[in-house]
Amino acid sequence: MREIILDDPLSIVILKAVIIFVICLVSTILAVWGERRLVARMQMRLGPNRVGKFGVLQGLADGVKLALKEDLIPAAADKIVFIIAPIISATTCFMAFAVIPMTGEITLFGEKTSLQLTDISVGVLYILSIASIGVYGIVLAGWSSGSTYPLLGGLRSSAQVISYEIAMGLSLVAVFLYAGSMSTIDIVNSQSSWWFAVTLFPSFAIYTISMVGETNRAPFDLAEAEGELVGGFHTEYSSLKFALFFLAEYVNIIGVSALATTLFLGGYHALPGLGFTESWLGGWFTFFWFFAKVLFFFFIFVWLRGTLPRLRYDQFMKFGWKVLIPANVIWIMVVAVLRYFSNQGTPRSVIIAFAGGVILIYLFASMIWERAAKNRAETVSSRPVPAAPSFPIPKLPMDISTISVPKAGQERVIHE
Amino acid sequence: MNLAAIVQDQTSHAEAVLFYLLAPITVLSAVGMLLVKKAVHSALLLAAVMISLAIFYILNEAPFLGIVQIIVYTGAVMMLFLFILMLVGVDSADSLVETIKGQRILGIIAAVGVGGLLIALVSKGNLGHRLFGLEMANGEGNVQGIAKLIFGQYVWPFEVISALLITAALGSMVLAHREPDSDKKDQRALSEERVRQSAQPVAGLPGPGTFARHNAVDIPALLPDGTSSDVSVSDVITARGHLAKPGDFKFLETSDDDREGN
Repeated sequence: MREIILDDPLSIVILKAVIIFVICLVSTILAVWGERRLVARMQMRLGPNRVGKFGVLQGLADGVKLALKEDLIPAAADKIVFIIAPIISATTCFMAFAVIPMTGEITLFGEKTSLQLTDISVGVLYILSIASIGVYGIVLAGWSSGSTYPLLGGLRSSAQVISYEIAMGLSLVAVFLYAGSMSTIDIVNSQSSWWFAVTLFPSFAIYTISMVGETNRAPFDLAEAEGELVGGFHTEYSSLKFALFFLAEYVNIIGVSALATTLFLGGYHALPGLGFTESWLGGWFTFFWFFAKVLFFFFIFVWLRGTLPRLRYDQFMKFGWKVLIPANVIWIMVVAVLRYFSNQGTPRSVIIAFAGGVILIYLFASMIWERAAKNRAETVSSRPVPAAPSFPIPKLPMDISTISVPKAGQERVIHE
Repeated sequence: MNLAAIVQDQTSHAEAVLFYLLAPITVLSAVGMLLVKKAVHSALLLAAVMISLAIFYILNEAPFLGIVQIIVYTGAVMMLFLFILMLVGVDSADSLVETIKGQRILGIIAAVGVGGLLIALVSKGNLGHRLFGLEMANGEGNVQGIAKLIFGQYVWPFEVISALLITAALGSMVLAHREPDSDKKDQRALSEERVRQSAQPVAGLPGPGTFARHNAVDIPALLPDGTSSDVSVSDVITARGHLAKPGDFKFLETSDDDREGN
């Protein structure tokens, strides 16, 4: 598999790069429409249904509209960085797709290959590193705008992405241990009997949560929280520069979904029991399976957005650092020991005993935890109530003798 | 054999193209990092240098080192730098006034000295010799080779360094930690306090004409006890003397009462 990718002539490599680029662009346009329609359905609305059949071309129309708008650069902005920031965002988001295997073995103009640009031994780490460069786009956009809301959005985003990248990276460790490689092809191949989503379910769960945080999407969209920060880091952006951020957000969603598909859902392989479909259309049918799994993740993204309210910032950071990362570390230790046992050829009974022991310890720890939580709740409720009325009653308007309403410049105080 | 020939001999075509593309960018960014005035621009150029170095590592058959360089230095360390710079201030350009006398000259001498030493050493060690051992080092794969060294031969230094780093991280946390003077009020306590002790009506100021006969902008709202509320009418109207008094409508009110009485 690796050989047939690496021996491609230059023309095929360029052709594949173009195909992958087009797939990303088209799926972004469709994703914008699909998301709006899905969210509308969840909120008992219709959503965009005017442009083209069922409104399919809405994304295209939005793109044209954005391109025709006036391009503003605020006077307080740092011009160079202000222009570079969206470019960083929009270029890095495509780079992750270079190592994602989208199909099995196919034939392209008589050359045996597969829809994957290249394969490197540290493929998954490469995707992580590209993602960490992509954050620069958001952070710099926030800083260079020269106004407060974008700055806050940029700060939030940098803190958020750093924290959730740790959880994300840790959730990949178990996959690396079981696949014995960091190359995407090896990881897909090692899932031929069982998907890692089943065998390494905790990693899968943590990855899915942190990928939502990583892409700045609801309920973790604190970097661009409309109710708090107007538009967050892209408040000051308009026209094509804004369109680039928009594009980057959706390509990133598809990117992390594609990575999740590759790492946990068996990549381009068919659903269990449907393996015979993989040779249809000369192998191209595997792309259908890959895309169907990516769409599944995309649907989850939309579903989350339509269902959950936004988290408060401190709760969000607490969740990342105090829940996801420690749980991940413990899980990695368990996986490493299990992996060691199976490498040593330890009898099955020992492995089962170890797994049982881990589950018992977990149950015991959670029991103690719950008891402690109950105790804490009791001490809180037994605390003496302050002398003020237990239910706050607002003062009546005439009881308020002094009303101070600060007006532009001076403070107005009116005595009744 | 001269130097250029050796380099040509050991460098593949694509590698040479990438090198001649990236080398000027790297050097220019590095020089620019020293010359630009804004701290954020400096940090950005440093990030550019780090990324190009990472690409050089990858070109030299060390993909793991290159990728980790990007993740750790560009992704985490530089990002924290930027974070601090952004917190410090949007417009803070570095002051170029010397605070220690002769610092600049001493700095230049030290930099030239260290640079000369490094160049001399590296050229002695590497250039003019044939490179060997790369196939052996990467024989089982780049990652596996590094893993064997770190967790085999160098496992003790590795563990000691990680213990040192953890200690440093804990130390910085302990030093930066401060016990709060009193219990921090949570969201609920704050909102209850706001309702109890507010100097302003919780529901906002009454609009003009609330509970009054007319809802025009110059008619003050009537409070539950029948008096009028001055704050319900705009300052401008009060200043112009256009403010209506509840008494102004006494005539209307009495006539209404009369009608009701009939």
